[in-house]
Amino acid sequence: MVKVLIPTPLQKLTNDQAVVDCKGRNISELLESLESSCPGIKARLCDDQGKLRRFVNFYVNSEDIRFLENENTKLNDGDEVSIIPAIAGG
Amino acid sequence: MTQATQEKATTSATTAFRALQCKECGAEYEPKATHVCELCFGPLEVKYDYDFLRRTVTRETIQAGPFSIWRYRPFLPVMSDNPIDVGTGMTPLLQAHRLARRLGLKKLYIKNDAVNMPTLSFKDRVVSVALTRARELGFTTVSCASTGNLANSTAAIAAHAGLDCCVFIPSDLEAGKVLGTLIYNPTLMAVHGNYDQVNRLCSEVANTHGWGFVNINLRPYYSEGSKTLGYEVIEQLGWQLPDHIVAPLASGSLFTKIYKGFQEFVEVGLVEGKPVRFSGAQAEGCSPIAQAFSEGRDFISPVKPNTIAKSLAIGNPADGVYAIDIAHKTNGNIESVTDAEIIEGMKLLAETEGIFTETAGGTTIATLKKLVEAGKIDPDETTVVYITGNGLKTQEAVQGYVGEPLTIEPKLESFERALERSRTLDRLEWQQVLV
Repeated sequence: MVKVLIPTPLQKLTNDQAVVDCKGRNISELLESLESSCPGIKARLCDDQGKLRRFVNFYVNSEDIRFLENENTKLNDGDEVSIIPAIAGG
Repeated sequence: MTQATQEKATTSATTAFRALQCKECGAEYEPKATHVCELCFGPLEVKYDYDFLRRTVTRETIQAGPFSIWRYRPFLPVMSDNPIDVGTGMTPLLQAHRLARRLGLKKLYIKNDAVNMPTLSFKDRVVSVALTRARELGFTTVSCASTGNLANSTAAIAAHAGLDCCVFIPSDLEAGKVLGTLIYNPTLMAVHGNYDQVNRLCSEVANTHGWGFVNINLRPYYSEGSKTLGYEVIEQLGWQLPDHIVAPLASGSLFTKIYKGFQEFVEVGLVEGKPVRFSGAQAEGCSPIAQAFSEGRDFISPVKPNTIAKSLAIGNPADGVYAIDIAHKTNGNIESVTDAEIIEGMKLLAETEGIFTETAGGTTIATLKKLVEAGKIDPDETTVVYITGNGLKTQEAVQGYVGEPLTIEPKLESFERALERSRTLDRLEWQQVLV
């Protein structure tokens, strides 16, 4: 199981849950698993071509997947995935 | 009294802000504590009624307002008649004759937010707006993820407003920025990690705690505060736009909001429109926006920051794509400079204009110099450079680069000897440094 942290703007789709457990060997599979438990969520995160929207950031165990293998980033049991909208600077 | 003046008299204390709107897909939202479009994840922007502003705001009504950012209150996203006013804004716009001559420019101005109130950076503008809105929305605890200046400002203005405050910073910040936060007695979390990691953590905290994070769930309101840097320059130039501006880029938000400020004043008829070129400054050790610009990309590849310009060290800049877009469409540029050039930039501004700026300001001055040398700023252009922070906060950066005092005995002879020596040193340095 992989623990997924859900940002507030998407919690309407997760019954107000901030954490959802999902399956998947990589980010793409995780998105499918997330969609089956929270229908409609994938369309919020991905564009019409199925690619992650440019204002969405995914982190696996605190590392941005763009420093890893993007959607192909591998996931293991017990990993933590965080979905974060882009944030203004400080 | 005509109907128009009656309306001006009775509605001058009202606001024109109506809703939040997604910058990407246009979906509208109620003006609550939210920052992201639920449909497409795009950033939310404040939407105003510009017809109302055109009817109700004049140069005179602005000039009759307080000597602070709140003279522009109708253009800011707050409802209160008593916003948190700690004297923020209306910082000097200084004509920089000596720096201009050194660089070969004719009309150069420095917008000096190194002396902004209360915490000596432009962040006081955004925080004054964010905390006023936070209070309106019922928050009792405010928070932020910060590279230092925002932490200082949030802690100080929260103290003034009597709000509880918990701020998050990377643990390797300059001592002045840590002390300059702690003195206001917030809860200060120093996170082992860079700013982007602090930011991610804060987003996770914001998901579960009901706090007002100025740069997360209050971001649409917060970022509007930077527009006042555009308004003030127009007013201080005698109700005119400059030809070219140079500003630092961290997340890219400030840059886009100066642009929005200029556009709004044109839109409501407070200033005559003309093209203004927008150029941005980054440190080479964290230059994801400059890299994307020079490679002609319209997306940002995040980087791991490594620069002395810690207040600009955002490797994953949220508004980077918008900054690139503005630089392109205004015929501006985005450049990066090395840490050594940043220190030289800080010294150059101090020696020519008497302004001690922090590393971000050094980055901006060094970029200005680079742009002039490359012929990318016309000497005849009225150019405004935004200095956004104070050098007393980043003393470590220039320690070892500014010389030492001449230690002498309390005797005339000792003084004369030291003076002679210093003049010799001066001449040597002059020959080495200047052409």
